[in-house]
Amino acid sequence: MSHSHLTISARKQGEYQSDDGASAAPKQPRLKFGKSAEDTDKKGANRRLKDVEICVPIVYGTIAFYLGRKASESQSHKWTVYVRGATNEDLGAVIKRVVFQLHPSFNNPTRVVESPPFELSECGWGEFEIAISLFFHSDVCDKQVDLYHHLKLYPEDESGPQSTKKPVVMESYNEIVFPDPSENFLARVQNHPAVIVPRLPAGFNLPDPVPIENLHEKEKGDTKDHPHSQWFMNFSEADELLKLAAARQQVQAHIIKLRRQLSMMDGLPQLSKPPTGYEFT
Amino acid sequence: MDAKDILGLPKNSLPIPQEKKSRPPKDSQRKPDGISREVYALTGGLAPLMPAIDSSQLKKQPPKDEKITWQWLPFTNSARKDTLQLYHWVRVVNGVPPTGDYSFAKYNKSVDIVKYTDEEYEKYLNDPGWTKEETDQLFDLCQRFDLRFIVIADRFSSSRTVEELKDRYYSVCRAIVVARAPALGDISGNPLVKEPYNVSQEIERKRALSMVLSQTKHQERKDAEVLAEAKRITESRMAAKVAEESELPVPSNAGPESAERASFPGDTVSPSSNVQLPSATIASSALTADNASTLASLRMLRVYLRTYALDQMVQAASSSAGLRTIKRVEQTLQELGVNLKPRVPTKSVCAEHLELRKEILTLLNLQKQLQYKEAEGSSFRDCSYADTPSTPKRSNRGGDQDRTFVPDMSFGESCIIGISGERVGKRDQKRKAPGRLSEAPSSPAQSKRPRKLKASDL
Repeated sequence: MSHSHLTISARKQGEYQSDDGASAAPKQPRLKFGKSAEDTDKKGANRRLKDVEICVPIVYGTIAFYLGRKASESQSHKWTVYVRGATNEDLGAVIKRVVFQLHPSFNNPTRVVESPPFELSECGWGEFEIAISLFFHSDVCDKQVDLYHHLKLYPEDESGPQSTKKPVVMESYNEIVFPDPSENFLARVQNHPAVIVPRLPAGFNLPDPVPIENLHEKEKGDTKDHPHSQWFMNFSEADELLKLAAARQQVQAHIIKLRRQLSMMDGLPQLSKPPTGYEFT
Repeated sequence: MDAKDILGLPKNSLPIPQEKKSRPPKDSQRKPDGISREVYALTGGLAPLMPAIDSSQLKKQPPKDEKITWQWLPFTNSARKDTLQLYHWVRVVNGVPPTGDYSFAKYNKSVDIVKYTDEEYEKYLNDPGWTKEETDQLFDLCQRFDLRFIVIADRFSSSRTVEELKDRYYSVCRAIVVARAPALGDISGNPLVKEPYNVSQEIERKRALSMVLSQTKHQERKDAEVLAEAKRITESRMAAKVAEESELPVPSNAGPESAERASFPGDTVSPSSNVQLPSATIASSALTADNASTLASLRMLRVYLRTYALDQMVQAASSSAGLRTIKRVEQTLQELGVNLKPRVPTKSVCAEHLELRKEILTLLNLQKQLQYKEAEGSSFRDCSYADTPSTPKRSNRGGDQDRTFVPDMSFGESCIIGISGERVGKRDQKRKAPGRLSEAPSSPAQSKRPRKLKASDL
């Protein structure tokens, strides 16, 4: 993922130093700080930085395997629902826990996963919507984010029997945006591979980060070597950007033509010279 | 009754000799006795709920056994401090003059002013800003003028403001009440104790009131505009917050309140900014205002998903567009091979997507404008156009570029009158150009040419 699109514009850079205190104070009465104000009692670490947008690209979805011979009426597929970093990096620095809400027909349909990799496997026969709730560490955000994903078990083309080897994968890409992160959070994840942090101005000093309690440093939280990683979809923005750029060009060209026509109808002189004098032959 | 007279209708079906019998029912309609019919009609023909004056009283006569005389007698007024004796007419009944105090003495009310002793002053009431003499004088004036502070301020020897005097008076009273009370619980209900006088707040309040009073109509209108704008912004923020399930009451209450409070000090502190703000919002297009407020509301959230942000921005950008236009935008996107919702919604992809949508909106608007212009144009063309035998296709752009046309085709010039002109003009007016990219409206010259109606036009 390129970082280029997240550089801060020049006029905002000068505001960092002076803005912090000012921006934190008026915000407090209007938005509840929740627990973060009480937990991290450090003065500076809790200051929030306006105009610094931290972005965490994630991919969430399901992968389902047909059980073939081992399938039964009630359990025909084995599936896993998961939330992973878009580049398969460890999300544990940002996400504290994930709650997967399954169909009520499951035992204990509310499944909580406390550590990365944030995934849950089950066996079943039916497709339903899974509600995924992301809870963040205390210095990140005290609000949860809810995602919804439809569990797909059956492949698009229904020709022939299902293969036990090839799973049905449905993934969605999204980005979690923190528009005003706390200094502590920023300091903690500044160089973390799972997090996109914009370039801070030179000389901007962050305090030493206060480590989060229960951070599973030792256990591997990334999904690079995940058993299912071969099935993970690839989300590249390049294709989409190209298509969008081409579309925009086309539309812009049409607009220019129409504007020219309109101005001609008004009898006004043309505002822009046509690139090729195609109308005057 | 009278109405029937006026209308010339027969009064009663009863013949005249039976009038006497019909009178009692007539009488019962006339209630109560003693009030003439016209007066009764003034009340709307209904009896009052409670008779104000018992009608029997009106015809009452004073009891015959009493002898009434009127005498010029002296009297004293207990409300006076001196013993002045005045005279007035008195109604004497049977030689006995009325007893009791002067009847107006009871209206002489005054306020109970706290009276403190010198000891109490020394103990509780010493204040650096006030001397004992001043405080005594203040209380004396309060007593004399019944706490009319405007008058007291005027009469006060040194020039103190009304708020200062009030402050001193109320704090002295409070201190006395607290000192004299046996226990704090007894007086906790006393308004002096519960809500002490707040000088600065009072000064501010009065200043704000005078500001509001002296506002010109112009200023009032500007304030209304600013408040409306603030309300719109808070509402859009609220919409964002509802989606994010965050606490509503806090920001929504803070919003309008702070806007209102801002307008008061804002009046004097920065009257210029008040003037600028409404004009700025009026000047900027609704589109950028929506965009800006959406961005602002997004920033207010602690966390949001990129897709959510894109949805909000798309909504804001299409807020001025109708449902049909939005559908056409989506159609166009599909024709261009672009996903309606980006598959990889990164920041740059979302930004590009948004810009593309805006450009498509512009394009559609331009197409519509062009259509209108053509429709207008064709309505004043009586004329026709160059007599070309070929019917131009309503074709794609490739077709346009190949043809040559006269550059400055102003409508006035096309004055060749042909019988077919009007008909064609009408046809042009009726045609509806579908807003598709591939069928962009043809250039003016071509549309003026007479052409046969094609099935595709309908």
